[in-house]
Amino acid sequence: MYNAIRVGCETLFGYAGRILRINLSTGSIKTEPLKEEIAKKYIGGIGLGIRLWLDNSKPGLDPFSPENPLILATGPLSGTIAPTGGNGHAFVSKSPQTFGVAEAKSHGVFGAELKRAGYDAVIFEGKAEKPVYVWIDDDSVQIMDAKHLWGKSTQETEDMIKEELGDYYIRVASIGPAGEKLCRIACIINDKTRAAGRCGLGAVMGSKNLKAIAVRGTKDVSVAKPEEFLEFVKVLHERMKGPATVKYRTLGTPQNVLVHNSLGCLPTRNFTNAVFEGAEKVSGEYLNMRFVTKINGCNSCAMRCEHIAVVPEGPYKGTMARVEYEPLWAFGPHCGVDRMDAIIKAIDLCNYYGMDAISAGVIVGFAMDCYEHGILTKDDTGGLDLRFGNAEAMVKITEMMGRREGLGNILAEGVKRAAEIIGKGAEKFANHIKGVEMTGYDIRGLKTAALGYAVSFRGACHNRHGAYALDIAGKTDRFKFEKGRSKLIIEIEDLYMIIDSLIVCKFSRGVYYKGFEDLAKYYTLVTGIDMTAEELRRAGERLSNLARLANIREGLSRKDDHLPIKVMTTPIPDETVSKGSYITQEELDFMLDDYYIHRGWTKDGVPTLEKIKELGLEDLSHIVEGKV
Amino acid sequence: MSRMLKPPIHARKFVSVDPDKCVGCGVCEYICSYEKEKVFNPLKSRIRIVRLGLTINMSLACRLCEDPPCVASCPRDALKQSEETGVILVDEDKCNGCGWCIEACDYGAIMLHPDKKVVFVCDTCNGSPKCVEWCPEKALDFTTKDVVAQKSRISAVKKLFYEVLRT
Repeated sequence: MYNAIRVGCETLFGYAGRILRINLSTGSIKTEPLKEEIAKKYIGGIGLGIRLWLDNSKPGLDPFSPENPLILATGPLSGTIAPTGGNGHAFVSKSPQTFGVAEAKSHGVFGAELKRAGYDAVIFEGKAEKPVYVWIDDDSVQIMDAKHLWGKSTQETEDMIKEELGDYYIRVASIGPAGEKLCRIACIINDKTRAAGRCGLGAVMGSKNLKAIAVRGTKDVSVAKPEEFLEFVKVLHERMKGPATVKYRTLGTPQNVLVHNSLGCLPTRNFTNAVFEGAEKVSGEYLNMRFVTKINGCNSCAMRCEHIAVVPEGPYKGTMARVEYEPLWAFGPHCGVDRMDAIIKAIDLCNYYGMDAISAGVIVGFAMDCYEHGILTKDDTGGLDLRFGNAEAMVKITEMMGRREGLGNILAEGVKRAAEIIGKGAEKFANHIKGVEMTGYDIRGLKTAALGYAVSFRGACHNRHGAYALDIAGKTDRFKFEKGRSKLIIEIEDLYMIIDSLIVCKFSRGVYYKGFEDLAKYYTLVTGIDMTAEELRRAGERLSNLARLANIREGLSRKDDHLPIKVMTTPIPDETVSKGSYITQEELDFMLDDYYIHRGWTKDGVPTLEKIKELGLEDLSHIVEGKV
Repeated sequence: MSRMLKPPIHARKFVSVDPDKCVGCGVCEYICSYEKEKVFNPLKSRIRIVRLGLTINMSLACRLCEDPPCVASCPRDALKQSEETGVILVDEDKCNGCGWCIEACDYGAIMLHPDKKVVFVCDTCNGSPKCVEWCPEKALDFTTKDVVAQKSRISAVKKLFYEVLRT
C-alpha cells in the first residue's frame, strides 16, 4: 500500500502553489497547481477549503459516505514569521451534525509544517479498506498501515508515529477513539492539545479509516516583499504587547466566567440559569492562581495564550490540559459543576478520546437536565447519579461518551440526535443550532449575538460573528434588536471569514487596527498579489455567500436559522440585569428579515442572482435555480 | 609579552535562554533563517526549539564551549574556534558533512545544512544576534557565562530576602 510522488512546484509567494489529492480507496496520489486567480478569490484556509469541498462533492451525500471529501487547507501566511498567521490550518467537509458545510480550524505547529512540505491544501477522497495514516514527507506521500494505532488516544498516536518514523520534529494531526467510532462530536487534534474541534469532522476522518496525518516539511517559505513584511511584523509584535491582547496573555479566555456571571449571561445548568453561584471557584482568576503552571505559544506567535493547567491534588492529581473558557464553561457552570480539578480532567478526556470539549460538556449538561426531569433514570445512566453539580458523574459520563459505552453511545450522537433517540420531550433540553451544541453565551440576553448564532453556517458558534462583543461591551442594546443592526453582524462575519481564510488567530483580531486595510497589506506583502482593503472585504462577503450557497445546495434554508427551544421559551429566571429576557419567534423572524435584506438575500435566505454575479460566483448560480 | 593567552571572560557572549520565559513560539528560528538565508525555514536556523510534554520549552544555540568537542572531533580541521569571540568557524571547503562534530556536541547546536550538506552553527550575527532582538518574550539574552551566574546569584538572594526587600 505504498505510493510516492515527486513533482515540481509552481512559484508563488506565501502560497506553496500546490494542492495534494489523496484517494484512500484507490491509493492514488496526485498534485495539482493552485491557480493564482483561485488563490486571490478564495484566499486560503476555510475559504479555499469550502470552495474545494463544493467542487469535489455531490449534493446530498451522507457525511460518512466515502464520496464526501475531507479538505485540509493552510493559509497564505502559514510557514512565515507572521505572528499567529504562521501556524494555522483548517479542515472543511460536510458535517455529520449540521449536514451542511462545516469548518474547524486549529493552530499549533502542524499548519506551518504542511506548508513547508509544499502544499496549500490536501483533498482526502474515498475510504481506506483498513485503518491507515498518511505520511507526507515533502514530495513523498505514502499511505501507511495504522492497525497498531487504532484505538489509541491522539497523544499516543502522535508519539508512536514520531517514534516509528524516527523524527521527533514530525507534526501529527490525528483522531482518537471517538473519531474511529464516528462520535458526531469527534475532533481532529494536532500537537497534543490543539483541536480542530467543532462540527464532528473527526468522525468524517474516522469514516475514511484515516487515523492520522503526519507531516515533515523541509522546504523554504518565501514572501514577496520580505523587508516591508518584517517591518509590518515588527509593528504587529509591538501591538501584541498592548491592550488588544492583554486578556489572552494574562488570565486567558477564562476571564469571561466572572464577566459573564456579572452580566447575567453565563449559561448555567443547561441554560436553566444565567448566573452561577459557584462562579468564583471556576473563574479565570482561581484557575490561574491554583492550576496554571505554564503559558505556551503557537508557532510564530508573539502573544501566547495557551494556559496549561495541572491538577495538584485529589482524585485527578497530575492531570494536565490546556484550559480555555468554552470547555471550562461547558463542563463547569453549564453542568452546575464548581470543581476545577474535575473540569480539567474532563477536558483532558476530550483530548484523549478526540472529542470537541465544548459539545461534550453541553451534552453532559443536557443529559443532567434530562435526569433531573426524570426523562433519564439510573436504569439509563448505568447507576450514575447524573444530577447537576455531580463532578464525578460528569467525568464518568464524558469517558463513556468517548468509548461509546452505555448511555454514552446515545450521547455521542450529539444533543439533537440523542434527544430524538431518547424521546419523552428531551428535545426541549437539547440546546443546539443546526445540530451543533451551544457555546458559553446566554443569548437570551445577548440579542445581537443571538442573530449571529442563528445564521452561522456551521451551527451554534460564537466565532463566526463575534457579535457577543458588541452586546457585552454595551455598544448595542442587548435586550432589544432594532432594524439595521444586522449590518454590524455582517461586517464582522465578513471580516472573520478573512481572518479564518488567511488563518490568523482570532485572539489577534484586535491588533489589525485598520481591519481589512491591515489584513490586505499583510496579504500583499506575503503573496505579492495586489489586494486592496475593499477587494478583501469583497472577498469576505464572497466567502460568506459561498458558505451559504453550499448549505443551500445541501438543503438548508431559513428554517435552519433557528435558536434552541429553551432560548425561545424560557425567560432568564435569575435576579440579575438580564432577568426575564428571552427571544420570541416573532423577534427572531424580525432579526432574520433584517439580516437577509442587508445580505441581499431573499426572504428565504437565498442569495439572489444579482448578488451571486456581483461576487463573481456565477458558476454556482445553478444552486439557487428555482429558489429566487 | 602583551598578547593575552586567554581572552577575558567578558569577551565571549553567547545566546542564553531562560526556559521559564520561553513559550516555544519559534520566532527565533524564523528570524534566524531569514537573517542568514533570506527564507523562512526552521531547518536552516542556527537556534532550535525543543518542547517536552506540555510544560517545557527551550530553544538552544551554540554555547561557545571552552575547548569545544566539535572542533576536537573534526578529522579534516574544518572547524576552529575564534579566539576573540569563541564562535565556531566552519571552513565549508574542508567540511564534507561527515557529522562527527554533530555527534560530539552535547547540545545539538551544530547541524547539517539541508541544502549545502556542510555543518552550520550560530555565529551570534557578529555580536548582535537577531533572535535576541526579536524574541517576543525576552527569553533570550546575549550574555556571558559570568553574567548568567551573577544573575542567578542575585535572584537567589532576592528570593531569600524577599520579605526584607519588600519593606
